[in-house]
Amino acid sequence: MSLPSDTVRRDLPAPGRRRHREGVDLLKAALSLTRTRIGIAFIVFVVGVAVFGPYLAPHSTTQFVGAPLRGPTSAARLGTDFLGRDVLSRVLHGGRSTLILALLATAIGEVVGIFFGTLAGYSRRRVDETVMRTFDVVLAFPAIIFVLLVVAMSGPNPWYIAVAVGLTHVPAVARVSRGATLQVVKRDYVKAAEALGMSRLAIMRAEILPNITTPMLADLGIRFAYSVSIIAALSFLGFGLQPPAADWGLMINENRIGIVTQPWAVLTPIFLIAIATVGANLIADGLTRATIGLDRSMKAD
Amino acid sequence: MILTRTIALRLVLGVVTLFVVSVLIFVATQALPGNAARAILGNTATPQKVAELESQLGLNRPVESQYLAWISHVLSGNLGHSFVGMNQPVTQVIGQPLFNSFVLVLLTALVSVPISIGVGVYAAVKRDSLADRVITGGTVALAALPEFVIGILLIVLLATQVFHLLPPVARPQAGVPFYRQLRELVLPVLTLTLAVFPYISRMMRASTIEILESDYVAMARLKGLREQVVIWRHAVPNAIAPAVQGTAMQLAWLAGGIVAVEYLFAYPGIGSQLLGAITERDIPQIQAITLILAAVYVLLNLTADVITILVNPLLRTGLR
Repeated sequence: MSLPSDTVRRDLPAPGRRRHREGVDLLKAALSLTRTRIGIAFIVFVVGVAVFGPYLAPHSTTQFVGAPLRGPTSAARLGTDFLGRDVLSRVLHGGRSTLILALLATAIGEVVGIFFGTLAGYSRRRVDETVMRTFDVVLAFPAIIFVLLVVAMSGPNPWYIAVAVGLTHVPAVARVSRGATLQVVKRDYVKAAEALGMSRLAIMRAEILPNITTPMLADLGIRFAYSVSIIAALSFLGFGLQPPAADWGLMINENRIGIVTQPWAVLTPIFLIAIATVGANLIADGLTRATIGLDRSMKAD
Repeated sequence: MILTRTIALRLVLGVVTLFVVSVLIFVATQALPGNAARAILGNTATPQKVAELESQLGLNRPVESQYLAWISHVLSGNLGHSFVGMNQPVTQVIGQPLFNSFVLVLLTALVSVPISIGVGVYAAVKRDSLADRVITGGTVALAALPEFVIGILLIVLLATQVFHLLPPVARPQAGVPFYRQLRELVLPVLTLTLAVFPYISRMMRASTIEILESDYVAMARLKGLREQVVIWRHAVPNAIAPAVQGTAMQLAWLAGGIVAVEYLFAYPGIGSQLLGAITERDIPQIQAITLILAAVYVLLNLTADVITILVNPLLRTGLR
């Protein structure tokens, strides 16, 4: 899933109270859109399943409750998996790994990407060119191939997976934050901070970073959905968490052989992954629309 | 003059990118200490065995000379020998899978591009109508779904549960030309089509809306031309140009997107081959396949850039 990089061109108001108000206005505007609300409901549901699921699960993830690949019964409400374990219990346990790894990967991608993006946007031409050209090279790998290459060499280690997926985000995040930074650096308050003799790093942190949060916020949902996709795909391909772990992507792979007689073992994790990625994308879409709307009304002022 | 220079610059940049990519792949797979030999022998191997294999593979030579030997072989068409099986040349092992994947991607392009463009134009013409809203909403949701999720939903819908129209796996028989086994290819092609469709149609919708608001479309309407003629003769040809870059980028995405889809349908393409090579720790194959996929990806993105330069008069004359 590659995403067309948006060129971010929006006028950001002065820092301080105005900035705070803009953030609140943006969230309000986004919340008034149906798509944002649906997206939030989806995410709350999936996160709820992942967080509280393990406490609600009727069985343990490794307990055998019946014959393999049987449909729903009163003992196993979603039937049994390919080894005869309870699908419902494994689904309730299986969300944490995916969501935690996706959150970690997104955080890594955002932090590293924003650092290099603001650095590039707030640097002299040569640094800017070097940083952006380097990322063009990283972009030369399809994301899943890059992650597979890392996994092929390091083995299915969750930490390496999170870092590898995070790195695939860096070029896109850097591009968005660089665009936003270019709009901010021309501002008087940045010039004022420079005149005061603040260091470039301090200016990046104190003056630029708070003023690019709005465009970054809209991008965040897309990054998260993308992380979930790749991490679930990796598990599905057998290179993520290893058996007997309960993990949505892995469950899909393991129970695929029984899809004709016991589709629930495949469809339930599929459904939850879909809810997570669609939800995050809907929120991102709502925020983007709200940002554009805010820009329009600000121009009208 | 400026045009040739801009394009030449892009080409040089593409070559440089490929060079760096090849170094990255090489370093990741071979030069990192202990990696290759340990990967082949597994974690239980004695240090002695590891050292033995390292010298056998030439891993104890300096990294630069290892890389130079590898890349000069690659450039002369020798991708090394597979570690597993009959020690065949990698070029032989991956030839057929590469062709199979090419067929898959080609069919996907032939199906997805016209459909996406058609739907994009339709949504633009019917802008803000119920149909447009359903299409735009649907593309947001569809764009969010991982491709293997789309694939499984299609299997459940069309192969195993709801309808029993198509085979759930795509294993073309060797020796039978693929056009005789198109039925097998319907589901994987449909899956990949639905994966690239949202982006292309969304871009097409945006660029068509922009063109429909332009002066010359207003002019064409004022001349009294039929709306169909205005749309398909005047608007669409001009709206396609900006969408071409996005289309090429989506086709480039397929270089990675095919992996999970081929695995899902057990299709013997290059993606399945890569997964097999990773499981078998066959380093020469992993190197060759990742290099080929990255090269395809870079070339298609390069094509997208060049097309953008060619169709954009401002870029073409360097007036930007």
